Amino acid sequence: MKHMIRIIVASALIAGCTSEEAPNHTKGVYMLLDTSGTYTEELIKAQNIINYTLAKLNPGDTFAVARVDTASFSEKDLIAKATFDDRPSAANRQKRQFKEKVDTFVKEVKPSAYTDITGGILQGVEFLNEADVGKKTILIFSDLKEELKKGYIRDIALQMPGYNVVALNVTKLRSDNVDPREYMDRLQMWEQRVEAGEGHWRVVNDMERLEAVIID
Amino acid sequence: MSFSEIYLLWSESAAISAVIWSVMIVALAYLAREPMHKMFDAVFSLARGAFEQASESLRHAETKLAQRNTEVLIAAGCEASEHEIEREFERINQIVEKDLAEYPTLHRKISDVVTRIDEDYKESSEVPPEVPGWSKAVDAVAKISTTKSDPMVGQILESIHDSMNKNHEKTLETYRTASRERHMLLKKMLPAWREMDGDLKQVDQHLNALMERSRVVDRQMENYEKIIKETDTAKKTLSSSSLTQFFVAGFVLAIAIGGAMINFNLIARPMQEMVGGSSMMMGYKVANIAALVIILVEVAMGLFLMESLRITRLFPVIASMKDSMRINMIWITFGILLTLASVEAGLAYMREVLAQDDAALRASLLSNAMGAAGLSDRWITTAAQMGMGFILPFALVFVAIPLESFIHASRTVLGIAATAALRALAFVFTMLANTAGYAGRMFTSSYDLIIFIPLWVESMFKQHKQEKKSFSPLQTQTLKEV
Repeated sequence: MKHMIRIIVASALIAGCTSEEAPNHTKGVYMLLDTSGTYTEELIKAQNIINYTLAKLNPGDTFAVARVDTASFSEKDLIAKATFDDRPSAANRQKRQFKEKVDTFVKEVKPSAYTDITGGILQGVEFLNEADVGKKTILIFSDLKEELKKGYIRDIALQMPGYNVVALNVTKLRSDNVDPREYMDRLQMWEQRVEAGEGHWRVVNDMERLEAVIID
Repeated sequence: MSFSEIYLLWSESAAISAVIWSVMIVALAYLAREPMHKMFDAVFSLARGAFEQASESLRHAETKLAQRNTEVLIAAGCEASEHEIEREFERINQIVEKDLAEYPTLHRKISDVVTRIDEDYKESSEVPPEVPGWSKAVDAVAKISTTKSDPMVGQILESIHDSMNKNHEKTLETYRTASRERHMLLKKMLPAWREMDGDLKQVDQHLNALMERSRVVDRQMENYEKIIKETDTAKKTLSSSSLTQFFVAGFVLAIAIGGAMINFNLIARPMQEMVGGSSMMMGYKVANIAALVIILVEVAMGLFLMESLRITRLFPVIASMKDSMRINMIWITFGILLTLASVEAGLAYMREVLAQDDAALRASLLSNAMGAAGLSDRWITTAAQMGMGFILPFALVFVAIPLESFIHASRTVLGIAATAALRALAFVFTMLANTAGYAGRMFTSSYDLIIFIPLWVESMFKQHKQEKKSFSPLQTQTLKEV
């Protein structure tokens, strides 16, 4: 009888050990802020989106905000980052500190000469892979017009399986108004790049639909 | 070879082929009639037998289950009745110990009162005043003939008259004093009478209570005897009682589950502060599992407490414990419950603090969000939540009572349901057996219908042969007679 009990317990333990890994329910959001040229005027909107995202994220989730400038594939461009504590009270404290950092940045931001969106996305992918979160989302707050400094190579295939890439507040440039095909081609180019990297592309210009992006 | 080729094997004409095939099939079927009939009979008899056997087995199982159900019902009824009778005897014992134990004292008290009354009565008896001894002398003096001229006699008589009057007044006074004393004694007797009356009434009340309890015991003994004898009335009463218990206990349990859910919501959120808000176990948040475990532990402690108090009888081990051990267990379970209730009150407070913090954060993050309005009135909700957090664990203790009734009643209800299911299944199998029997006959008749032409020819032939046979002897006999 004792042997039988031992066998049953051992089998249960082995079954428990060999069973599939528990699903990761945490969320990771990496937000890129375009700081090139006149787009810095749109940063107030970005601030609202960041606050909204902070309000919706739960303990255990990860959130980072980075600027897009001349060379964005760098940790130096991270404005604020946090993996929220398991305890709700500590997570709330972290959210307050996060907000303060973003507020300071928005006040002191200086426009950059170039817009390295690809570098920012690569940095975001690297950050979220390290964070080991369940659901990965990259928010791009930009007009999606990439301008690279001479010598910078960004013709790189993106590898982002399972990522949700959401372009927010994609404003139309003057040239887009002259020829709307430019705007459409730009969006299509980014969609193709993301989907070629096995990511899921989405454009949200109406901020009221943002809730679905964060919660989904 | 295709079907059409086979079909047109005998002739190019479809109609002729059809006729040839039909004739062949009918001829073959006529030849195979007997084995086919045997096969139909065997197959359908087998099916019918199997269904009948299954039906019989199910009926047998149903009878056994019904018998077992009755046994369980009677056993449960006996146990409940014994329990009630035991309780009644305990009450009688209490009355006897509490009230009739005082009876010797009461008896002594009544005897004392009676003695005192007797003494007082004796003392209060009226004693006639004594006749003065010198009255005869006075009579003699009174008979002396007097003359008006003899003043001496007149003076003497006057003096005697005065003395007599004084003596009379004195005697009267003495008599009055004695009467007053007697009245005082009688007056003193009145409270003693009242006291005795009260005591006797008390004795009467105690005896009446005892009589009432004994009548209840008689009634319950009568029920118990009915149950023991397994009368139909007792069975019906017990069965109906079980069903009522099942539904009532189920309803109360549903209410208790509602209470447990409220309790869960009170402590699940603040539990995140203790065990983390993002850890998951088997697809559920660890904080939720921890909150559920706390509530289940409270329910378990409640069960043990009720067992230790001998209100429920789910665990015979606890009921058979030594009294000292049982009392220790009562205090331990109560202590754990009190601790858990205090923890829950603390968690409820923490929940309110977290809610306020969340509201403040949202207000600072989202400009359109509701701010932390009405903070001054928050103490009401905080106090209410803490109160609920403290009271609900104790309220959950009483779940043990409906749970016990539900468990006991569900045995009977499940037994009745299983009996009904077995009966329905047996009915279905009986139907199938009958259907198989009739289907066998139907198939045999349908087969004969297909080959009705050769059968008709056969019957004609047989009839003709029989007529021929029956005609020959009759003719011979007639000739002989002739």
